[in-house]
Parts: sequence; structure tokens; C-alpha cells
Amino acid sequence: MSDINISALAVGETLPERSHTATNVSLFLYNAIIWNPHRIHYDETYTTQVEKHPGVVIDGPLQGDWLNQVVLNWMGDSGTLTRFNYSNRRASYLGETLTSGGVITAVDPAAKTVDMDIFIKNEKGDVITPGTAQVRFS
Amino acid sequence: MSELISEDARSWIGRSGEPQRIEINRSDIVKYAIATEQRQEKYLKGDEAPPMFMYGALRPLVPMDELGPDGISVDKFLPELPLKRVMAGGTEMTFHRTVHPGDVIVATRSLSDIIEKQGSTGPLIFVVYDLQVETEAGELVMEERQTRILR
Repeated sequence: MSDINISALAVGETLPERSHTATNVSLFLYNAIIWNPHRIHYDETYTTQVEKHPGVVIDGPLQGDWLNQVVLNWMGDSGTLTRFNYSNRRASYLGETLTSGGVITAVDPAAKTVDMDIFIKNEKGDVITPGTAQVRFS
Repeated sequence: MSELISEDARSWIGRSGEPQRIEINRSDIVKYAIATEQRQEKYLKGDEAPPMFMYGALRPLVPMDELGPDGISVDKFLPELPLKRVMAGGTEMTFHRTVHPGDVIVATRSLSDIIEKQGSTGPLIFVVYDLQVETEAGELVMEERQTRILR
């Protein structure tokens, strides 16, 4: 975990990328703890035959969590997440490896805030879950 | 202007649902942290809840016979509207305070707007909910604006 000094940050600087490959086990555990019984996240036969998806669906809010972790893991305890938004633009399926990352879009040393655009991309490089975040440094 | 949104549906704007009261416990945070591949000790040990932990904690707990064959329970906090296919729109969260084991959280959801728009493939209805999450003592924890798109 790095100690970040806000005065050293610049617009355009990127946040470390990370890849996530969901498995049947990880999706089961995620949907169990959020208490989500929707079959498209664990029942492949139902998902492809009834809801006509090409495969088991990776939860949109799980991608939202991976997205905000780009910010949390970058700033560590140097700051706090104050605002976060995202939208799931395109579905993602079991077997895909997703990559999260971000870029700084504004730095306000007086308010001690930093804004960033964050993204989840699929293997083709399409941004499937975009978002923005603001953090306040202590 | 509004052809799709009935007077009755419009009367739902401004309504609030029953407040949900939730006791936060460490093992739920640890499970959530493992399942979401968190990297920080404070989350993995359950000392602090990751920002989106409340999304899972606030999901509906309904009896088995209220779950459909797809596994989903019907959200009763939605007026009768002529478009039926529901998609998740965006989610915007503002965080005021972190959540820890032992916290007692009270969450209230309001239906704040119903908007008709013309999409490229036909009409759309946007239903906007505002979620307010506080501690039982009334300290603001987070606010979230969720948009659902009906087509």
C-alpha cells in the first residue's frame, strides 16, 4: 500500500490495472453472500436455454465492486472514497478475463480531492462497465 | 407529454418504502471481502465493510415461495407501467461514513422520479430510486441514486 501525496498527482496519470477471472466457485460465493438467487449466475443450462445468454453471467454489481477496488487499492489509507458511480453497459460471461483500471481527471489540492475515470474492459478491449470516482485525501 | 405514465403511476413519485434495519456483523463482511477478491486487511479481517457491501446487505429477504422459477423475487415498489423489460441503469453513490461490525443500519428507499424518453429503438421509461442509509442514531452513512430502465 503506497502513501500518496496529492501534490505529486497529475491529470492523466493512470491507476494500476488488475485482471479478474470469475469462476463458478467465485460467482457462487458472491451470489451467496449478497443473497442473489437469480439462476443466470450459477445454472448454465437454464441461462443458455431459457434466458438465451451465451454463458453464465458475471454480476454487474460484482464488476462495480472490482471497479471501485481500482481506487481503494491505489489510495490505500491515504484517502477515503467519497463518490462513486458506474453503469453496466454490456454483459460479461464466465470464462472472460476482465481488466480494471483508471485515469486521474482532476486534482484539487485546496479541497484535497482527486477525480478519476475508471473502467472494466473485456478481452476485446471494449469498456463494458465505465464509472467515475472522487476521493478525499486526509 | 406523458403518454405511457398513468396518473396512478405518477402518484408513486415521492413515496418511500418501509425502512430496512440491518445489524452489521464481521463474518458477513469477511465473506463479502473474499468473494469480491478484496486486497486490504481491513476488509479481509472484517474490520470495515467495502463500499459496496451494503448493496448485498440490503437485498430482499423473502420466503422461498415468493421466488420465481428464475430465482428472482418481484419488486413490489414499482407502479404498473406499460413497459416490462427491466434493465439496470446507472448507480451513483455518495459515502459519508464507513460501516463496521456492530453498526446498526437503517435504509430507506424512495421512488424519486419516473421519466419517459424516446430511445433509438422505441420508448423507454426511467424509474429513479433514492436510497438513504443511516445509522440507527441518525448519522448519514451513504446515499445512492439507482436508475432502472424499462423498455
